[in-house]
Amino acid sequence: MKRVDAAVARTYSGAAYAAGPLIFVRSTRRAKLGEWVRIRGAGQDDRRGQVIDVGTEITVIQVFEDTVGLKPADATITLTGETAATVVGQDLLGRALSGTGEPLDGLPPSIGEARLPIWGAPINPVRRRNPSDFIETGVSAIDGMNTLVRGQKLPVFSAPGLPGVELAADIVENARPARGEPFAVVFAAMGITERETQSFVSRFLESEVMQRTVLFLNQASDPTIERLLTPRVALTTAEHLAFTHGIHVLVVMADITHYAEALREVAAAREEIPGRRGYPGYMYTDLASLFERAGVLKGGSGSVTQLPVVSLPDGDMTHPIPDLTGYITEGQIVLSRELHQRGVYPPIDVLPSLSRLMNAGIGEGRTVPEHREWADQLYAVYARGREAKLMAAIVGSEGLAPGDRRALDFVDAFETQLINQIGVRRSLAETMRVGWSLLETLPRDELSRISDAAWTSRPGTADADEGSR
Amino acid sequence: MTEARIIRVAGAIAEAKPLGDAALYELVEVGERRLLGEVIRIQDDVATIQVFEETSGLGLDEPVRRTGGSLMIRLGPGLLGSILDGTGRPLAGLAERSGDFMAPGMTLPTLDLEARWPFTPTVVVGAEVGAGDVLGEVEERPGMMHRVLVPAGAGGRVSEIRKGAFTVTEPIGSLDDGTALSLSQLWAIRQRRPFAKRLPGDRPFITGQRVFDLLFPVVEGGSVAVPGGFGTGKTVIEQSLAKYAKADIMVYVGCGERGNEMADVLHDFSRLTDPETGRSIMDRTILIVNTSNMPVAARDASVYLGMTIAEYYRDMGYHVAILADSLSRWAEALREIAARLQEMPGEEGYPTYLANRMSRLYERAGRVESQGTPTRTGAVTFISAISPPGGDFAEPVTQASLRVVGALWALDPSLAHQRQFPAVDWDVSYSLYTDGTRAWFSSEAGADWAELRVETVRLLQRDRELREIAGLVGVDALEDEDRLVLEGARIAREFLIGQNAFHPNDAFSSVEKTYQLVKMLWSFMEAGETALEQGIGFEKLDLAGVRVAFGAVKTAASDELDEELSKAKKTITEMRSA
Repeated sequence: MKRVDAAVARTYSGAAYAAGPLIFVRSTRRAKLGEWVRIRGAGQDDRRGQVIDVGTEITVIQVFEDTVGLKPADATITLTGETAATVVGQDLLGRALSGTGEPLDGLPPSIGEARLPIWGAPINPVRRRNPSDFIETGVSAIDGMNTLVRGQKLPVFSAPGLPGVELAADIVENARPARGEPFAVVFAAMGITERETQSFVSRFLESEVMQRTVLFLNQASDPTIERLLTPRVALTTAEHLAFTHGIHVLVVMADITHYAEALREVAAAREEIPGRRGYPGYMYTDLASLFERAGVLKGGSGSVTQLPVVSLPDGDMTHPIPDLTGYITEGQIVLSRELHQRGVYPPIDVLPSLSRLMNAGIGEGRTVPEHREWADQLYAVYARGREAKLMAAIVGSEGLAPGDRRALDFVDAFETQLINQIGVRRSLAETMRVGWSLLETLPRDELSRISDAAWTSRPGTADADEGSR
Repeated sequence: MTEARIIRVAGAIAEAKPLGDAALYELVEVGERRLLGEVIRIQDDVATIQVFEETSGLGLDEPVRRTGGSLMIRLGPGLLGSILDGTGRPLAGLAERSGDFMAPGMTLPTLDLEARWPFTPTVVVGAEVGAGDVLGEVEERPGMMHRVLVPAGAGGRVSEIRKGAFTVTEPIGSLDDGTALSLSQLWAIRQRRPFAKRLPGDRPFITGQRVFDLLFPVVEGGSVAVPGGFGTGKTVIEQSLAKYAKADIMVYVGCGERGNEMADVLHDFSRLTDPETGRSIMDRTILIVNTSNMPVAARDASVYLGMTIAEYYRDMGYHVAILADSLSRWAEALREIAARLQEMPGEEGYPTYLANRMSRLYERAGRVESQGTPTRTGAVTFISAISPPGGDFAEPVTQASLRVVGALWALDPSLAHQRQFPAVDWDVSYSLYTDGTRAWFSSEAGADWAELRVETVRLLQRDRELREIAGLVGVDALEDEDRLVLEGARIAREFLIGQNAFHPNDAFSSVEKTYQLVKMLWSFMEAGETALEQGIGFEKLDLAGVRVAFGAVKTAASDELDEELSKAKKTITEMRSA
């Protein structure tokens, strides 16, 4: 990682014009793309900005703070010669900071170990290690059925009114590394409400979790454009902890939808040609520049794992934000309004949920050898039951074949006993036990995905007890 | 002459002047860090440049230098097994210099310039040679002969040719007009490599995936589009083909996709061996990797780079398959650049020339007779994954592909949710190559191959109709004959066209195994029909036993196949007496 070059600042008075979050400055000398800018309006606080288009005639600056009241002609604009950078270091652990890294907790700014540019360079693909280490989140639907591994990016697809952020906050509290290795959380909140802030920030601040957490808070009332910086500041902090200090870092980013909207706002102000639903054509590339910062390096001991929260506008999976996210991330955890309304928490619908890296992270030597069969069988019966439920709505449950009827009953038990876990953290072993007890209610010959070896080694049977003795 | 300087930077685009005398697609070095870029527009004395590396930090007044040439790749021995970025730089070499993260402004030759390759000439001094003629051979990998060709535009009498170990740039001889000959040649990646004539495809490209080989085959030299929303398993299909399909050379282009996925490919490929030769599959593979967070202009270049390498080995007389994952990301790169140029957008913001560029790219696939002597035929088969937004195929990239490709392997999210993999929608997919491959399959697999194929397609269509009815009235209300069709189709879905890419014996299916499985399906259907005709009720058939038998054949290792087949035959004949 490169340190920021020595700065040569140039100051100009007066911008040519301003539009929304952008100001346009004439004839700047040697302006650089991405250069950090200070804007001083008469009698106002300094604003911060960044060069997003340089030209001999006009240079475009994106302003991170609100531009209300800014008079372009009177503004003093300083090109700092630096690119956007943030202070990183282990002393950030335990701190609550703003969306751009200013202290919010009343303590002095952190001294840190280095100042790093926030636009991280891509990891060279040949230096990546294949992610394969299991992370126990304490959530059965994830650990058992859609396992998260280190270096993965696994978004939670939520929707307005669904507890996506709450689930993320639970995972922050409950996640544990497999062998007690160093572990930290970086939480990047983007445009979250006062209510959400109160509910989980206060929770963190009070618990011992805070000691291993860095909190970046951009609230709904904070400047929109600042949201474009927040995840990058957070990821730069996380990368430093992971790859310099060998810590396993979980990065929670909530909410990506608010981030994407800020992106659209800037694109519209620049009068760019819009892509789908007005989002810029480069949104895939832009989101990838965030999500692709997850990973594990060869020969390194730390990792960056991402848990972004995406609110699906109108619950629509084909909306550009979840759609492009899904193309980049390695699976998705999908929340269901129906489960939520029935009081199931977390309301995870396992059918559309998927962890693409699950196979690499489970099985012999990672979790337990029979993990795959167990998960496949639960999935198969549950899927059959859900289909039977639709069928039953037409023909009535008496019209169903006996196997379908059993699967139908299974759906309810699965949702209330395995998925539902209000206020309880479950270890993987506990999750598996609940799953086995559900499967035991079905005839053995309907469990075609479970081999005899797996069946006899499940906990509570003679073989398994002998094995553990 | 005054040095050209940057007058504008926006995203991956820079403008510089005075640069009016540059050529379109000329390669330039941009800024103090000498970032690689390419001229894509010239207006008066201003050149617009797309920059292949990260542009942040690039500033006004920084210098731009011309190179005189366009984006070239050095083609020669040493390409096999290499892992390159979109502009042809070896990634391992970059990591040695800049560590775990990519750093801009690094130049590195594609081929190792120090390595020496033992060269054996096949022409003698005094021979008359022309472009494309074979000068001699280098054993690039064990058993893999790299034919050294006279470069395009050269020709004459050989005045010197030497046997021995040479680096890729040292002279191995010369022509009487003074042209120096070497093991390698430079080629501009956007330019199609010439050939003598196009030939029709007559051999299937054996993918090892039953659903493709049986239902939607592709010829060597064909082109296929594989569109599918996220989670439908595009990447698994592309990787399975890269690992197991039958081709002399595989070029895999990871274009704008996930870094972890590429780590997985690199990890897997380095451990896998080709069952036929027993050698590492990297010996026949070239990987081009430009992940989604790497510079967008290099994404555009990566596909052309892969295609050029494929054509180069084709010209030696090999069958090369190029797998691009995904062409949508390439098209998006075009869109992103076009938007920065403020070009008038076409459909969904894509440039109006999208379809044109795509056709030209797809048409670089094909089976050809190469230029020069001795006569060689080679082929480039092009399989491209497409990522349609929202999984909707009515979008420009999918539609532009369908105008040119010979086969469509459409992936369906609802099949993926049912864990039916490969999630190929057999109602929507098609192949225009079934006629071209019929003769080969009927002589190599079985005379009734085409017939079995048609019957199976019909069975699957009938199944869909029946399932709609069953959804309304319940399965029990169906006739026994219809229930047999449902059962047959279920077996076809699960055991014939369903395939587990992670099972060692199922990941690749030989033509023999595919044929035996489809035969077995139809002997089951016949046995079932006979039983029903004889008045034995559908409920009386031992279907569980049959399913176990199909499962055993499907996952049998090649040396157990005969045994499992004979057991299965017995189970099928005995299913009504159970």
